[in-house]
Amino acid sequence: MSTFTTRRGSSQLVDTAKIQARGAFYVAEARVRIMLKWIWMILGIAIANPILYLISVGIGLGGLIDKSVGPAGVDGVKYLTFLAPALLAQAAIQGAMDETVYPTIEGFKWHKTFYSMNSTPLSGAQISIGVFLAAFLRTIYTVLLYFGVMWAFGALDSPKAWLAIPTAIFAGISFGALMQAVAAKLENENIFFVILGRFIMMPLFLFSGTFFPLSSMPFFLQWIGWVSPLWHATELGRSLTYGHAISATMMWVHFLVLLTMLVSGLYLSARIFTRRLTK
Amino acid sequence: MSESLISARGLTKKFGDFTAVDSIDFDVAKGESFGLLGPNGAGKSTVMRMIGATSQRNAGELTILGKDPEKNGPQIRAHLGVVPQQDNLDMQLSVTENLYIYGRYFGLPRKFVKGKIDELLTFAQLEEKRDAKVEALSGGMKRRLTIARALVSEPEILMLDEPTTGLDPQARHILWDRLFRLKEQGVTLVITTHFMDEAEQLCDRLIVMDKGKIMAEGSPTSLIKDFSTKEVLEVRFGSDRNQEVADKLRSMCERIEELPDRVLMYTEDGEALLEKIYASALHPKTSLVRRSSLEDVFLRLTGRTLIE
Repeated sequence: MSTFTTRRGSSQLVDTAKIQARGAFYVAEARVRIMLKWIWMILGIAIANPILYLISVGIGLGGLIDKSVGPAGVDGVKYLTFLAPALLAQAAIQGAMDETVYPTIEGFKWHKTFYSMNSTPLSGAQISIGVFLAAFLRTIYTVLLYFGVMWAFGALDSPKAWLAIPTAIFAGISFGALMQAVAAKLENENIFFVILGRFIMMPLFLFSGTFFPLSSMPFFLQWIGWVSPLWHATELGRSLTYGHAISATMMWVHFLVLLTMLVSGLYLSARIFTRRLTK
Repeated sequence: MSESLISARGLTKKFGDFTAVDSIDFDVAKGESFGLLGPNGAGKSTVMRMIGATSQRNAGELTILGKDPEKNGPQIRAHLGVVPQQDNLDMQLSVTENLYIYGRYFGLPRKFVKGKIDELLTFAQLEEKRDAKVEALSGGMKRRLTIARALVSEPEILMLDEPTTGLDPQARHILWDRLFRLKEQGVTLVITTHFMDEAEQLCDRLIVMDKGKIMAEGSPTSLIKDFSTKEVLEVRFGSDRNQEVADKLRSMCERIEELPDRVLMYTEDGEALLEKIYASALHPKTSLVRRSSLEDVFLRLTGRTLIE
């Protein structure tokens, strides 16, 4: 009953050149399939997150600030206009991180699925890039949803507000790529999650010029902003959306810092994936 | 020997100071069912990972399907079906989805994979579980799914690392039956096991490994013939007396092995030997006559049992 009637054999069926060209997309396809299992939770968070922030920080805190210092109080604009690029970038970073860090630890440790991928013609680098591509996709729709909620709340007055979308996505994938490389190196993820949550994500969120200009921080705390993708993306976003004044040089610096994080993250991740899989 | 699909010469793998595989030579012919038998830690899995082109050798030559795994890993893996020691299925996906994504990793067209899935589910007797989450499957079912998954690309060589370890006897027999069918269809099998009955059932030819070295090579029958007698008489005198009577027993047959709980006596005729023992006023508490197995071969070669 269960004989394979028309066995053609892998030499007929498998096209290695094709896999070499598209392998990363096959991995991304599988990642998206898994993402779809959680899609309601992911979308729920992606929508509830901005709603909560807009109500508490935007309307609550923003209302208070705008009332006491006037509508042009923070950086010359309404508080929510000032805040929007930062919140978008923060959401992008969170989404990208969830979709790079967890799948990477799962693939190497929890379910060892990367080892099964690597027993096919897929290479370590392709697996690494595939995971990243799926995270890229999640970052895009997380940011778009966030933006949609802001729009629905009437939180966007600048006609150029949409320009914060690409800067936010840029921040997300840069940090995501870097964290993917870190996650691939991990042997003990429990300690990592404690450090990541309390000593990396929290300070980055609070000290990256998110809620107030970085310059209002004491100088010895400003370095957190300088190393933070959130600050660089937020500065770019503010400059593009409402003309927050920064020099052309600084524009380049922000852009290049994010680009460096992205490229080095991708490179390191591919390298670490390959090494760990062939150990 | 016909065309050899896998060929190893002086194959060596080291992890730091530890030599896991110590300069071994072997060939696997097309359509053959080749076994690596040995205890845990013998180096079997390391050999499998080198053949699987995911772990690189430190010395020696290794050719798989005419290619060097160091240079042509993906090209070799394109024609292998790998069943690792530990199932690494995607727990978050269903049975069908696991087969589907794996087929996609081989770049197989969606339509082909979808058609193939039904065939594989029948083969693995998992038709009724097609939409079940993998997490909910029994150990035997997971194992069969892992094997089915490895077959999605119709590989030239199917590699099975301890395929039935941890399964109950019934699940093992179902699996053996499935593997036997594959063999009949001309798929080359490479199997590691520390179960001698598995090796006897499935392998045309095998190497016996211990501490990274090959101790012997041949078909199960020829190994038994070369390294053991036709029959074995197992006698138990109670753990404190086994030693006491060992010298007497030794003189009665070709060879004996003293194990902690029993004495194995190697002979051409077990019943006759047992009568001789009774005649010399020795009364074993229990006795059993059986045919020699690969376990006896291993014991002879290494002085140790396979499962310790």
